[in-house]
Amino acid sequence: MALFSKLFAKIRSGSLSSQDWLELERSLIESDLGARSAHEVIELAKKVKGESLEDSVTEILETWLSAQDRTIANAPDRTTTILVVGVNGTGKTTSVAKLAQLLHSRGSSVMVAAADTFRAAAIEQLQTWGGRIGIPVVAGKAQGDPASVAFDAISQAISSNSNYLIIDTAGRLHTKSGLMDELEKIRRVVEKISPIDEVLLVVDATTGQNGITQAKTFAEKLHVTGLIATKMDGSTKGGIALAIERETGLPVKFVGTGEGIGDLQVFDSKRYLHGLISD
Amino acid sequence: MFDSLSSKFSSAFASLRKKGRIKSGDLTEILDEIRLALLDSDVALEVADSFIERINARTANSLDEINRGINPSQAVFDIVHEELVAILGGTARRIRYAKVAPTVILLTGLQGAGKTSLAGKLAKYLKDQGNTPILVASDLQRPNAVTQLQVVGESVGVPVFAPEPGNGIGDPVKVAKSGLAFAKDKQHNIVIVDTAGRLGVDAELMAQARNIRDAVNPDEVLFVVDAMIGQDAVKTAQAFLDGVGFDAVVLTKLDGDARGGAALSITEITGRPIMFAATGEKVGDFDLFYPDRMASRILGLGDVQTLAEQAKKAFDGESAAKLEEKFASGDSFTLDDFLSQLEAMKKMGSMTKLLGMLPGMNSGAMKKQLDNFDESELVRTQAIVQSMTPAERTDPKILNGSRRVRIAHGSGRQVSEVNSLVERFTQAQKVMKQMRNGGGLPAGMALPPGMALPPGAGKAPGGQKPPKKKSRSGNPAKRAASS
Repeated sequence: MALFSKLFAKIRSGSLSSQDWLELERSLIESDLGARSAHEVIELAKKVKGESLEDSVTEILETWLSAQDRTIANAPDRTTTILVVGVNGTGKTTSVAKLAQLLHSRGSSVMVAAADTFRAAAIEQLQTWGGRIGIPVVAGKAQGDPASVAFDAISQAISSNSNYLIIDTAGRLHTKSGLMDELEKIRRVVEKISPIDEVLLVVDATTGQNGITQAKTFAEKLHVTGLIATKMDGSTKGGIALAIERETGLPVKFVGTGEGIGDLQVFDSKRYLHGLISD
Repeated sequence: MFDSLSSKFSSAFASLRKKGRIKSGDLTEILDEIRLALLDSDVALEVADSFIERINARTANSLDEINRGINPSQAVFDIVHEELVAILGGTARRIRYAKVAPTVILLTGLQGAGKTSLAGKLAKYLKDQGNTPILVASDLQRPNAVTQLQVVGESVGVPVFAPEPGNGIGDPVKVAKSGLAFAKDKQHNIVIVDTAGRLGVDAELMAQARNIRDAVNPDEVLFVVDAMIGQDAVKTAQAFLDGVGFDAVVLTKLDGDARGGAALSITEITGRPIMFAATGEKVGDFDLFYPDRMASRILGLGDVQTLAEQAKKAFDGESAAKLEEKFASGDSFTLDDFLSQLEAMKKMGSMTKLLGMLPGMNSGAMKKQLDNFDESELVRTQAIVQSMTPAERTDPKILNGSRRVRIAHGSGRQVSEVNSLVERFTQAQKVMKQMRNGGGLPAGMALPPGMALPPGAGKAPGGQKPPKKKSRSGNPAKRAASS
């Protein structure tokens, strides 16, 4: 979308018409930032005199980013436990594998727990990944109790002195309160042994405004500490990520950019915002 | 689904209804509100704009005529309704079967849209209609997608053709081709090919999808899409249309609070109808998509047709007839009858889902109540009745104190709950008798219009348990069954 750059060129010559502003607003709406927010940005940007339009829009959007720490937790003298949650099909299992690979490549010992006992073959999927990375995978029976898998996993992680334990959970729509309670139970059971340091919510970057409700509901139920935005390599600009940050204050920590095991990147806000408005 | 859209539509029209005559300013106001509601629900921007434009064209120019009518706001409402049906694709579309079997169905879509789960649901749906489908595992990309399809196939009792282990090994085009040959050989009349998820921008994988398509020459290519998708729906749908082409759309995850904008956009953008909708994690949570019913739901009119159909499925004709006869003949309605009603209701699916299909149930306060509905209430009630002896079920009058204590113990409930159930039931019996004798509804009993009286429709005694839930739960089933 060369639209923005076209307009950026225009503003320097000082000839932005109301039609141009409208087009700007439309392109922001089309990034899934949300109609109201898009309108707000444009109204604010209109008031900024001089300077480059790109800079002023970026500055406005920057204020909406979460101020929270984006680095992954690291407990120095015990196992750091990460719980990965999200709705169905966002890419939790793949993200768990990628995150394990990332931490593993940084020299940490990592264990993963296949607590998605619901979806057919989710356990096998994680085991396959674990085999490829070369890390242990703790699994129970299909359709078994996810909390007991998590319990076994944390016990094993501690006894084997793992630096990290990453727990994969079954996808659940945030509207299913019974399933949301199940997550609470997993947390409770694990924390009987050791605290959970990170709860990462996996959000599909192609999601629309529903993503905000997802984030809010998960955050209400669990102490969510950050997000992983997946499928950022598609045609979406992932405006929902910024919308979620603005609404909930939760920081995006990682971005999924492909199907390969190495396709997980630390969130780079500059690059993200640039992609949102410039490409 | 569509809850937020639905409640915004109702509030917009509520303000319009207060006006006797509609001025053009009122129209602009409501159209602005609707546009924002559509965008908030992830309807593609261009679709939202053209939708508003069409309604505007039909209303603004004929405002005088509309105002001359008996009910101007209703006239506008009708226009919006018609346009909604149109945007959703008009009429329901069914699978086109091949003239010479097997009919080949190819599933495509983004990663995580729910193709593999859907393959199982679709297979079950077709099998239940007397077909002999087979699933072909052509997703060799995602780790253990093949295993997943095998498990799914087994759970619905449909064979799975999976010669390759997947996990990056094997050629999906070859698998699809040999799957088709295998199906012909074994005389399966439908072949469902599951493929790997791919992004619209991935040229290589799109080419592969094309190759699979050309290898099996499908009768239907279905584009599977997550109902929660945002504005990217436009680009993704277009990319799949250009890349592999598709004949119809399947919406998944409609059971969340998806705003469903994608449903409204995709048909309009691609010109391809939505054929199916998946509404839950169970294999049976799947149905044909009816644009008119969906439009009614969005506008808060409910979806009584689907409700009636599900009721018909759950109540076999015989038991419904028996119940009706009982009602007419004056035989007393026993707790046994009540129990069989409860069981039939449970067969119909979750109460929240069912009640959500009633008109007005998706707005504001109702919606809240619905969300808080405790599904296990039915199970508890069932447990209480099941803990009674046959004699007690036929004649609840014999339920003295010690019997009630025994029942409470047996069902693991409190005596007060047993009392409340019995009281509600006796009330309902009385009401039914009164109705039969032509006495009409007793004063103070507010029931939705057109509803026959269910068991347990009496007023709440002391309000210990929320009987409202149960009384309502009885309504639709009963009415649908006897209609």
